[in-house]
Amino acid sequence: MEFKSTRREWNTLQKDTLERKSAADQYVKEGKIVDAKDTVALLETVIKPYDKVNIEGNNQKQADFLAKKLCEVDPSKVHDLHMVQSVLTLPEHLDVFEKGIAKKLDMSFSGPQAGRIAQFLQEKKLELGAIHTYLELYGRYFVDLTPKVALVAATMADRDGNLFTGFSTEDTPVIVEATKFRQGIVVAQVNKIVDKLPRVDIPGDWVDYVIESPKPFYIEPLFTRDPALITDAQILKAMMAIKGIYGEYGVERLNHGIGFDTAAIELLLPTYGEELGLKGKICKHFILNPHPTLIPAIESGWVESVHSFGGELGMEDYVAARSDVFFVGPDGSMRSNRAFSQTAGHYAIDMFIGGTLQIDPYGNSSTATASRVAGFGGAPNMGCDAKGRRHSTAAWLKVGDEYALKDQLYGPVRRGKRLVVQIAETFREKLAPGFVEELDAFALAKNAKLPIEPVMLYGDDLTHIITEEGIAYLHKCGSMEERTAAIRGIAGFTEVGMKADPKETKRLRTAGIIKTPDDLGIDIGRANRSMLAAKNVHELVEWSHGLYNPPAKFRNW
Amino acid sequence: MVAWVVQSTGEIQKLVIKEEISVALQTLNFEFQAETPETMTKEWSHLGVTGSGDLEVLMEKKNLGGKVQAKVVTPVKGFDEVWRRMLGKFVNDCQVGDVSIEINDDNATPIVVYMRLRQAWAESSEKEAE
Repeated sequence: MEFKSTRREWNTLQKDTLERKSAADQYVKEGKIVDAKDTVALLETVIKPYDKVNIEGNNQKQADFLAKKLCEVDPSKVHDLHMVQSVLTLPEHLDVFEKGIAKKLDMSFSGPQAGRIAQFLQEKKLELGAIHTYLELYGRYFVDLTPKVALVAATMADRDGNLFTGFSTEDTPVIVEATKFRQGIVVAQVNKIVDKLPRVDIPGDWVDYVIESPKPFYIEPLFTRDPALITDAQILKAMMAIKGIYGEYGVERLNHGIGFDTAAIELLLPTYGEELGLKGKICKHFILNPHPTLIPAIESGWVESVHSFGGELGMEDYVAARSDVFFVGPDGSMRSNRAFSQTAGHYAIDMFIGGTLQIDPYGNSSTATASRVAGFGGAPNMGCDAKGRRHSTAAWLKVGDEYALKDQLYGPVRRGKRLVVQIAETFREKLAPGFVEELDAFALAKNAKLPIEPVMLYGDDLTHIITEEGIAYLHKCGSMEERTAAIRGIAGFTEVGMKADPKETKRLRTAGIIKTPDDLGIDIGRANRSMLAAKNVHELVEWSHGLYNPPAKFRNW
Repeated sequence: MVAWVVQSTGEIQKLVIKEEISVALQTLNFEFQAETPETMTKEWSHLGVTGSGDLEVLMEKKNLGGKVQAKVVTPVKGFDEVWRRMLGKFVNDCQVGDVSIEINDDNATPIVVYMRLRQAWAESSEKEAE
């Protein structure tokens, strides 16, 4: 037997990094500290054309100083970068494409920059690899999208490069681990360099440079919903959700979306949930950012645990004082971690429930519009049936037992099914319809030349839709025809709902596939704001015993 | 004026058409006839305050031969059919008659308007003694 081994060098990545670092030595002041004024020079030295580069952009925390400085590098020295980052929020995240510094993009979510991505695609300023879910992109960091250089953000660092990311740890661990252990370079912007950190979240060995940023990193209170803006229709849907789904299935472990619909549910637990006798039977374990609207449910003893993807401005002291509920470090502050929270959201919860913009007659739902490449974030990881799941819970088994297609798909094997629930209003503000015959995702796929329509949740994963008209129990449908009829039956006066056959809708009600508020025994007249455990932000502060410190824009008293 | 008759099956029949349009806001007029209408106990019912970021619903008892007249003032154009169906559903669900309804929707969604109508109706039908 002859071994045909390749003659090559086996440590080229490491050698390349060492060469770049030795060229950058001139900018290092002390330990691993680089002066903010030398940032552009440092980036021009450690980043080479065609590198894969990550700018830490999370849902909330942004490496904004480093993003700005990357836009200032000389495009003749640094160009054709391949950006691999979960969230594009800041204008600078797109400016690098405008300036010719970056060329290719792989991402998860783009929020406010969604319109510019679509425009740049049209103008060929940007090549889009793929739109991923968070876990999918993190997975690819360890396969074929490993960053050569990561530009991350931390709250504090010491001289040796140890980082404290604390409450807003978010994506930092997964980015740094992927980058550093494949011989890459990690640059951290920090709010402050100190002698001793409260705790070490990222070991200094994994970090090459720390820069004290002139301003603290940008952070957005993305998950704060003012109860004063919750409508009666949202309260009605929340009552239907609690009675017709949470109570019906005994959902103990779950994730909530970020909209007003789920904020209404959180605020009805201590009132309507209590009245239904559901305390201790539902909503015990959340995978959720520290939503201020969850405070009344926590304070009245509903919630046993909450693990968070990220922090939320103003919730620091409240969370620190509730270490039985939240994941808090020995230093007393919470540690969030998006990769672990998403893993839990995929495998360890029984229900995902959230709002959406459009649902089609097949049950596919999407937040895409024709001219915005907005991405998904983490919703598809939680809003799907986790096929690798092998542990059972009562809620998961009940949905699996009710699943009309189980015999055709599983044979004699007993399997459960995740509850995947979408809340939709038949018409939103300005009468934008929540149900459409064709999702805008189709037009977007065409406009942006995407190989697949960016569907947030696929119809075959969706088990329930709640509208003000009723709940459709889609997993009980035995065919696509029946599923479509169930969706039309709760789609109100939208183009989708107008096609409902009243006789078929009646049959589906008899079969328990559609339940109206009347069928659920819910009095529409009770669905008003007096049901909310807190009616405004000030009452949330009172529930928190003064520990919740809302950002200025939410203070109106 | 757009007028409609609500059948017991939920079917709605078209009668006549006329429309008023103001500069910024659109005014829609509808007429409905329920199968077995009952009128309200009180003379009028009013919910909400215009310009407060909330919708306003005004109901007034009026001798209309059992019919319901509805006027909707809305900034959103092109949804006459949705309004017609939603109001028809309310008239049919509650069997409303001899009532004049005025709605300033202030961008509220149809379901929120429907819920307010139900609330206004419940309030208008309460006995004075209660």
